[in-house]
Amino acid sequence: MTAPAIEIDGLTKDYPVGFWRKRMRRSLDNLTLKVEEGEVFGFLGPNGAGKTTTLKLLMGLIFPTAGTARILGRSIDDVEMHRDIGYLPEQPYFYDYLTARELLDYYARFSAYSRAERNERVARFLDLVGLTPAANVQLRKFSKGMLQRAGIAQAILHDPKVIFLDEPMSGLDPVGRREVRDIILDLRTQGRTVFFSTHILSDAEMLCDRVAVLVEGKLQGVGAPEEIVSVDVQGMEILFEASEGRVLPASITERATKIGGRFRIEVPEADLYAALEQLRTCSAKILSVTPVRPTLEDYFLRLVGREKAASHAMEVVTR
Amino acid sequence: MSAMPGIVAINTFREAVRDRVLYNLIFFALMMIGAAILVGQISIGIERLVIINLGLSTISIFGLVMAIFIGVGLVYKEIEKRTLYSVLAKPIHRWEYLAGKYGGLLLTLVVNTSFMTVGLAAALYYVGRPFVQSDASILIAIYFILLELALVTAFALFFSCFSTPMLSTLFTLAIYVTGIFANDIREFGKFTKNPVMEGLTRVIYYVLPNFHNFNVIGAVAHGDSIAFSLVWQNTAYAVVYVTLLLLAASAIFSRRNLK
Repeated sequence: MTAPAIEIDGLTKDYPVGFWRKRMRRSLDNLTLKVEEGEVFGFLGPNGAGKTTTLKLLMGLIFPTAGTARILGRSIDDVEMHRDIGYLPEQPYFYDYLTARELLDYYARFSAYSRAERNERVARFLDLVGLTPAANVQLRKFSKGMLQRAGIAQAILHDPKVIFLDEPMSGLDPVGRREVRDIILDLRTQGRTVFFSTHILSDAEMLCDRVAVLVEGKLQGVGAPEEIVSVDVQGMEILFEASEGRVLPASITERATKIGGRFRIEVPEADLYAALEQLRTCSAKILSVTPVRPTLEDYFLRLVGREKAASHAMEVVTR
Repeated sequence: MSAMPGIVAINTFREAVRDRVLYNLIFFALMMIGAAILVGQISIGIERLVIINLGLSTISIFGLVMAIFIGVGLVYKEIEKRTLYSVLAKPIHRWEYLAGKYGGLLLTLVVNTSFMTVGLAAALYYVGRPFVQSDASILIAIYFILLELALVTAFALFFSCFSTPMLSTLFTLAIYVTGIFANDIREFGKFTKNPVMEGLTRVIYYVLPNFHNFNVIGAVAHGDSIAFSLVWQNTAYAVVYVTLLLLAASAIFSRRNLK
């Protein structure tokens, strides 16, 4: 049986705060989770939830207060394990005196490729992230999105088995986001494990086999995006066009929202047929009927709200 | 032998070469040597002494400025700019990274000093004085300057592992100045006839680096020869001291949480 790609057990991180640095602020609280090989795993949470802290712990950039973690069955303290992983830091900064080609060549050297192999890989990955035209431009002249692309290229340049991406869509325009999504999907096709943090929920819903939600350092849930949110239908959405000269009944118009020449109405599931009948009698043209389910975003906002309310209540009690 | 420090060193060297400050330093060094030529021409009979003195002092001062001001930012800048994150995510130990940064700056200093040495030789040639065998001691003086710079860089790197550039600069400068006067401090302790003071100054003398021993500029300018024993003693002293400092720096840096 192969070890999970990522195995985190009770990972906790406290930071000293205050002038004397005697008080501790818990940034990550007893995080335990497993990511299997070949999964695309989304790590969700609002700003300050502890996502970057988790990634920095896994990369050995900071050290845990408690707990352990293993990547590909090897301790995160094992530097050799880094041959099999790739990492894109949040808002990456690189040596701005280097050109994109030089930067990738520099990182490729850590993988001990021959010069010919380095040249081939650098050219291939510059092309993959769309930076070939800017290959010989110094990074100080790069936009945020171009830096992000260079960062993604350096993270996957050495064909790592597990790739950690911290907010990979950050700073990218819609085309760039689409390209990064395609790269992640391509990595999944190749059987790589991708662990990426994001607060853009649509990306997570679109790409991830499973997601974990982190709020204020605590894990709130892990599962497939559709498992994480309730599958219960909250209501039915009807999109329709009113026919000319026909007056819609008040029970419909009171609840309907006009979008251009169309109307949108949301009704309880039990009232669907009654509403459709009313629309039919006034010759409205039904365009679509869609069940309304809570999105990952709804779930997310609910959790954040609950956590904030809990911490507020805690403050009131301790006062 | 790991290739990792070499990869980092070459990149550190490349950074320094592409940094305009470095070019300015070379430019100013050449300016100073130009001034030495001028002074040499108006100092009848003592051109050799003036040019060697001024040239070697300029090489030493410019090297020190570079060693301190680039050295204190070596690690700090990379942490602040977070360029370090993607590097440490590669299969490289933190000590290898530190050794690479140190090696890169040392390489920069060697190249820079070499250019200035050529400038000094050109200045000596310019005043029309043929080279003699005793001029080889100029190269020994330059070698000692490089040893001194290696030591100062190690201190700057050591402080840069846990302190801000401003404080690291102050600490390194304080150690350098104290190290220059190490012999005087010890003599002062003996002079006081106070056992506590004597003990304290003796500790300072042995713990802090003795930069005084690296300065042979005056002797070389006067054409005195340098004892071979001083060459190997200074070499061994610098190697041991630098090794200890790099080990201490690695121990601190390996436990440091990067913000």
